[in-house]
Amino acid sequence: MTGEEPKRTLVISTIENGTVIDHINPGEALIVLRILGITGSTRECVSVATNVTSKAHVKKDVVKIENRELKTKEVDRIALVAPDATINIIRDYRVIEKKGVIIPPVLMGVLKCPNPCCITNTNEPVMSRFEMQGKKAVCSYCDAVISSDISAHII
Amino acid sequence: MNHIISIHDLDRDQIDHILSRAGAITTEYAGKEPLKGKILGLLFFEPSTRTRMSFESAMLRLGGSCMNLGGVEVSSMAKGETLADTIRVVSGYADAIVLRHPKVGAARLASEFSDIPILNGGDGAGQHPSQTLIDLYTIRQSMSLDNINIGLIGDLMYGRTTHSLAYALTHYNARIHTIAPKGLGLPDSIRDNLEEKGSKVFVHDCIEDVINELDVLYITRLQRERFPDPAKFFDISSNYRITPSLLTDVKEHLAILHPLPRVDEIDPAVDSMPYARYFTQARNGVPVRMAMLTEVMT
Repeated sequence: MTGEEPKRTLVISTIENGTVIDHINPGEALIVLRILGITGSTRECVSVATNVTSKAHVKKDVVKIENRELKTKEVDRIALVAPDATINIIRDYRVIEKKGVIIPPVLMGVLKCPNPCCITNTNEPVMSRFEMQGKKAVCSYCDAVISSDISAHII
Repeated sequence: MNHIISIHDLDRDQIDHILSRAGAITTEYAGKEPLKGKILGLLFFEPSTRTRMSFESAMLRLGGSCMNLGGVEVSSMAKGETLADTIRVVSGYADAIVLRHPKVGAARLASEFSDIPILNGGDGAGQHPSQTLIDLYTIRQSMSLDNINIGLIGDLMYGRTTHSLAYALTHYNARIHTIAPKGLGLPDSIRDNLEEKGSKVFVHDCIEDVINELDVLYITRLQRERFPDPAKFFDISSNYRITPSLLTDVKEHLAILHPLPRVDEIDPAVDSMPYARYFTQARNGVPVRMAMLTEVMT
């Protein structure tokens, strides 16, 4: 026993290349992973921290994905469930790009229409299209409204 | 190229323009054939009498001709062809298409694959803009569309005509009174949307509470299949029936509309009363659809 305080360590380590999604609402990191199609059977090296305390002393989740930079469509999906998230692109251990997420006014191919009679839920060659009206997403084809639990409708 | 897909796509000026054109159409084109040589493709994937025949009548009166899909069972759809492909093909044969389809949003999709104008003749429980324009035109024959008190009675949950009409009347500062059986009232999302657009919506338990305040009464059929218990259907439907005795103290200019077909919801004795406008409304299908056709094809 030396009496020394245990050395503080990072909850999760830094990554060499890839993406860090920071400031996810606490408890929603797993939804972000689902949106990105990351499951136990995929090959990415992923670190997840939930309910960590940020500098502002509020709880947040963090996801780090090695060797993968997110596409715009993926960022749009994340914006729906984590509107305060920041996306950090890492190359050679350095943050080369840091950006917030914005829910685009029109979501193409992001949400599945909840109306089973909607033409987008058929074999027609059409991508779902929703227009954001405040916090509601409205189907451009059948006017169906998704006003709550939007993540359950993400394709 | 113009399509007419949804009443939501039309602003007040565009609606007024089509209604005015419908009002003047018989004199504007008297002795002329503005659509001579043009072909209207009628693609009806669901049964229809009034919509199909009145579009056909409108096209013939404008000097044009019509081409029918025929039954779905003899079309390529029966072989599994997508609507998108059908539209691509037919848009090479015709100069405009009227589409009726069971899936909501079908007309919007068709407009994205078509080289020619698409007119929505009803897409499932979705939009039926020509019916709404006919309803507005019929009201406008009796009174100004501004600031009216309109009663919507019947199945307001699933009734697409009542939804579309209510939305269209948001341009005219209407006061909307709803009367519907429990479980078939106006969906909250639509009510909220109407109020966001500036309409005032009032919910009533029975028609007697409000009938004497109304300028327009718009009644729709209660569908028997919505009621698992037939006895309950007959019990409820009798409370949503318009009879002469209900109309003793109504406003003199009250207009009663119904998109038809009716079953029991209007007593035939009302037909001869001055308030009955539903057969005029059905006849108005021709001038309104003539106006729509000239709007997109000339």
